[in-house]
Amino acid sequence: MNDMRAVERDVDTNDLKITARGVDVFYGDTHAIKDVDVDIVDNTVTAFIGPSGCGKSTFLRCLNRMNDTIDVARVEGSIMLDGEDIYDPKVDPVQLRAKVGMVFQKPNPFPKSIYDNVAYGPRIHGLAKDKAALDEIVEKSLRRAALWDEAKDRLDQPGTGLSGGQQQRLCIARAVATNPEVLLMDEPCSALDPIATAQIEELIDELRSRYSVVIVTHSMQQAARVSQKTAFFHLGELVEFGETGHIFTNPSDPRTESYITGRIG
Amino acid sequence: MANQEHIVASFDRDLEGIQAMIMKMGGLVEDSIVKSAEALETRDEDLALTVKNGDKAIDALEERVNEEAARILALRQPTASDLRTVLSVFRVSANLERIGDYSKNIAKRSSVVIQMQPINGTAAALKRMARVVELMLKDALDAYIQRDADLAADVRERDLEVDQMYSALFREYLTFMMEDPRNITACMHLHFMAKNIERMGDHVTSICEQVIYLVTGEMPDEDRPKQDRTPYEEGAGG
Repeated sequence: MNDMRAVERDVDTNDLKITARGVDVFYGDTHAIKDVDVDIVDNTVTAFIGPSGCGKSTFLRCLNRMNDTIDVARVEGSIMLDGEDIYDPKVDPVQLRAKVGMVFQKPNPFPKSIYDNVAYGPRIHGLAKDKAALDEIVEKSLRRAALWDEAKDRLDQPGTGLSGGQQQRLCIARAVATNPEVLLMDEPCSALDPIATAQIEELIDELRSRYSVVIVTHSMQQAARVSQKTAFFHLGELVEFGETGHIFTNPSDPRTESYITGRIG
Repeated sequence: MANQEHIVASFDRDLEGIQAMIMKMGGLVEDSIVKSAEALETRDEDLALTVKNGDKAIDALEERVNEEAARILALRQPTASDLRTVLSVFRVSANLERIGDYSKNIAKRSSVVIQMQPINGTAAALKRMARVVELMLKDALDAYIQRDADLAADVRERDLEVDQMYSALFREYLTFMMEDPRNITACMHLHFMAKNIERMGDHVTSICEQVIYLVTGEMPDEDRPKQDRTPYEEGAGG
């Protein structure tokens, strides 16, 4: 009775993929993230929601050290991926980002062919020993991104010639080509129409069987549709983190309630 | 609880609208309970007819409430307490509609019983029982509109009283029927009327449970005291 998950919503595992403890992020003097603890479970879609400027994207970017590229950004606390500290000086951020892939708000394919977009990562990471192996990676990645059937006859054409939804799936194919373990998505559907959005959402659900997915979204309905766990951020704090069905029917914190019901956040 | 207004003001108006319809329905149903029992006691056939005809308005309101609530679900995608408000509206309106049906049934039987020889004290006892249920419904609706889970829990407990009154009436009718077989027809009708009122109490209890769910997000535990076993035990021996 208290188990609000429908069968399809079941989280099959309790293995922790990412464990964040006491994470603080500063942009110069601005304290953007305040003492956040989060556990990201493997093979699960975790949604980060919250009003603009609440820190959800900032926190997402901590998970693959994208904040390293911002000079004034400073990250404190610990973020462990499979028990290893990703901020350890020995960790190569480029290798980390191959393991923790990212898809952005606007589809941003390289100005190259569809094939080269997907092959780019495996090439620089030396994942394929010959052309046949690379072909295989490209096909597998495009299949996983549900783009193969639409793209297989035009692999040599520019990725920028695809529709918006197809471009976003191409970016997902590019992200999965390096065999990541975690996929971070920063508002992956906000530039897409409802049909393309539905296709990406369906894809996210399929990706969950292989990867741990973390998605930042402004659409609360989308968070409700695709995720098993939801985290609500507000003013840099993690206000509430729990099972998605619970957050959307009976949240514990009044701030979560105000935000998800469309009152002042 | 989120008591602030929605950013989209028309959403507030929609939610207030369906709840206002529930209160209007509740008012009509309360009225029908009182009048159906009064029709019996005062042997007023016209009043019984009024109650019978009045049920159409209750049914029509239920239909409207359901349409509006479905529209809100489709257009607003309510969540959390808003979602619970809409869900409770569906259930509470169904409960009220059933109570209205019972009143109508009592009114129908009243018009029959009125034609027969009155049996001492029976009509007054039924009216007292109806009065208890009507007060329970009034408090349940107050609890609903004020989001008062404590009051709802209190009303829920009061159903025990109704169950006890029903058991007492059951024994009384049995005695009348054994005393004089000519009472059987009237007592059968009276018994159904008592049973109808007892069922009304159960629907009021269900409304109270909706209030508790609405406020707390959880249904109350099933540990309410029950007292409607007596008829089954004694009925077999009678």
